[in-house]
Amino acid sequence: MKILVGIKRVVDYNVRVRVLPNGSGVDTDGVKMSVNPFDEIALEEALRLKEAGKATEVVVVSIGGDECQQQLRTGLAMGADRAIQVNITAAVQPLAAARALLKVIEQEQPGLVLLGKQAIDDDNNQTGQMLAGLWNRPQATFASKLSVEGDKATVTREVDAGLETISIDLPAVITVDLRLNEPRFVKLPDIMKAKRKPLDVLQMEQLGIDAGPVYTIEKFTPPPQRQKGIMVESAEQLLQELKNRGLV
Amino acid sequence: MSKILIIAEHDGQTLNLSTAKCVSCAQAIGAEIDIAVIGKATETVAAQAASLANVNTVIRVDADHLEHPLAETWAPEVVALAAGYTHLLGPSTTFGKDLMPRAAAMLGVNQLSDVMEVLDANFFRRPIYAGNAIIDVRVPEGSITVATVRSASWQAAAEGGSAKIESRPAAGGASAQTRWLGLKAGGGDRPDLQSASKVVSGGRALGSAENFSIVYSLADKMGAAVGASRAAVDAGYVPNDMQVGQTGKIISPDLYLAFGISGAIQHITGIKDAGTIVAVNKDGEAPIFEIADIGLVGDLFSIIPELERLLG
Ligand SMILES: Cc1cc2nc3c(=O)[nH]c(=O)nc-3n(C[C@H](O)[C@H](O)[C@H](O)COP(=O)(O)OP(=O)(O)OC[C@H]3O[C@@H](n4cnc5c(N)ncnc54)[C@H](O)[C@@H]3O)c2cc1C
Ligand SMILES: Nc1ncnc2c1ncn2[C@@H]1O[C@H](COP(=O)(O)O)[C@@H](O)[C@H]1O
Repeated sequence: MKILVGIKRVVDYNVRVRVLPNGSGVDTDGVKMSVNPFDEIALEEALRLKEAGKATEVVVVSIGGDECQQQLRTGLAMGADRAIQVNITAAVQPLAAARALLKVIEQEQPGLVLLGKQAIDDDNNQTGQMLAGLWNRPQATFASKLSVEGDKATVTREVDAGLETISIDLPAVITVDLRLNEPRFVKLPDIMKAKRKPLDVLQMEQLGIDAGPVYTIEKFTPPPQRQKGIMVESAEQLLQELKNRGLV
Repeated sequence: MSKILIIAEHDGQTLNLSTAKCVSCAQAIGAEIDIAVIGKATETVAAQAASLANVNTVIRVDADHLEHPLAETWAPEVVALAAGYTHLLGPSTTFGKDLMPRAAAMLGVNQLSDVMEVLDANFFRRPIYAGNAIIDVRVPEGSITVATVRSASWQAAAEGGSAKIESRPAAGGASAQTRWLGLKAGGGDRPDLQSASKVVSGGRALGSAENFSIVYSLADKMGAAVGASRAAVDAGYVPNDMQVGQTGKIISPDLYLAFGISGAIQHITGIKDAGTIVAVNKDGEAPIFEIADIGLVGDLFSIIPELERLLG
């Protein structure tokens, strides 16, 4: 079985993102870029399935400009066998991303597609669900546990009410949550090796994708800041303060 | 004039509060509002939905195979109901996030996540980058708008309505590819974290599941729900459904008490809309004090029992 893993290049989760003063975007100048943390978890899971003999090949795919090759190389260094870049310089919205991934699926015929549950830049949390809908295959979102037996997967999902378990037929789309695993660290020799692994480039415009009705962002604003409040010295003072405010 | 269909979230017995919040968002768009109650044996839930103010019609789609909200079987129902509506709204909960994008893609449109404010019927405000930026997004006119509604940004709509209830047959059948095996609920009978007016939360500092009992005990005394940081969940002190933050629950209680939580941006994202934030941390430099309304530097293992004692 081949596993396809979606990898998005995003601002590193440790960066405190700031809105540009003119409201045209966020400041990404010189900011550290990384693999979306959920996608690292998706890739780690794919690699573990391969190591357990349940998958034969792991292919990482990213939709983006040439700079996303950096994140694909990170994926290759982690252990993916091959990488595919769907080249487009403009940012894509989830419908176009899902349609592009579907094209890659048609070409690669994976038995499983693993994506992050959300990209931490736009916080959309949509692409996997859209892809499963377009592909007309099962979806299991927010996976915190996954086991594959033959052509079926059992997935535990982190939902608001607790942990839900479903069984799905493969091929399917699974989006991963934080507690699925802890991704491995990349070792230096693997970075060298990754340079020689194949990275194919497809041109988005040649895939014939209709981006659908596209949303336009008219303005970025910083969120309202909470003000620093008061400090109290004891539990007693704390309780008094809460009582004064009518909260207890 | 806009016409909005809200997809109700429920567990078969009770309408989730997030649905009443979607109604408020729909009211802000200004439109005729219908609610779809998909599921199995949904009489009770449909009646609850019909009692929300300003709802026109509740549409029941009832079938055995729709008992559990699997996106694979529910999305085709949403798509089948969509004709004639300008907007489809679902809650920005794990339920809505699972379902709405799939339905949107089947309808050939993008989906807007986490609507926090309505600027006009096609113009919305939502957070990105874990709430570090807010964007004003325009949806092109002429296509259906599919969106999820950020619960913490909206008050629940009032009751007192009396919408008519209609039934429609299911458009699709059971899935041969997906089987629902079970749900293990984490919480007990404490107040629900997402709708509680008071929440007491604990972080990594609690150190163990046993120690976490002091947080429960204080919460019970206060009639509060219990929350946690990711670190506390990851360490296995508490179940996943208690996680507050960017990848957990986004909540807006009147009072939030954080014990031994450092205040990472991903945690703060989940509590920005809280009324009053109280932080207790032994490190006076902890970032959580930057946003806390009331801070107390000290050891939670002595402060929690003392608060409980003082509460009598
Ligand atoms: C993609 C991504 C998503 C994330 N999503 C979330 C999320 O949804 N929710 C979330 O919470 N986190 C999330 N995180 C994790 C987040 O970055 C932090 O790691 C986490 O919130 C830290 O939890 P904590 O504050 O309990 O632990 P720590 O940061 O370790 O803080 C523990 C605090 O306890 C204090 N302390 C220790 N002992 C005592 C004592 N005896 N009395 C009083 N205080 C004491 C310490 O001074 C310290 O400030 C996410 C991270 C990533 C990368
Ligand atoms: N441009 C992209 N390239 C590759 N994968 C993507 C891209 N955008 C989204 N994805 C995948 O879809 C997941 C969810 O993204 P989103 O729906 O944007 O929150 C991500 O975690 C990725 O796995």
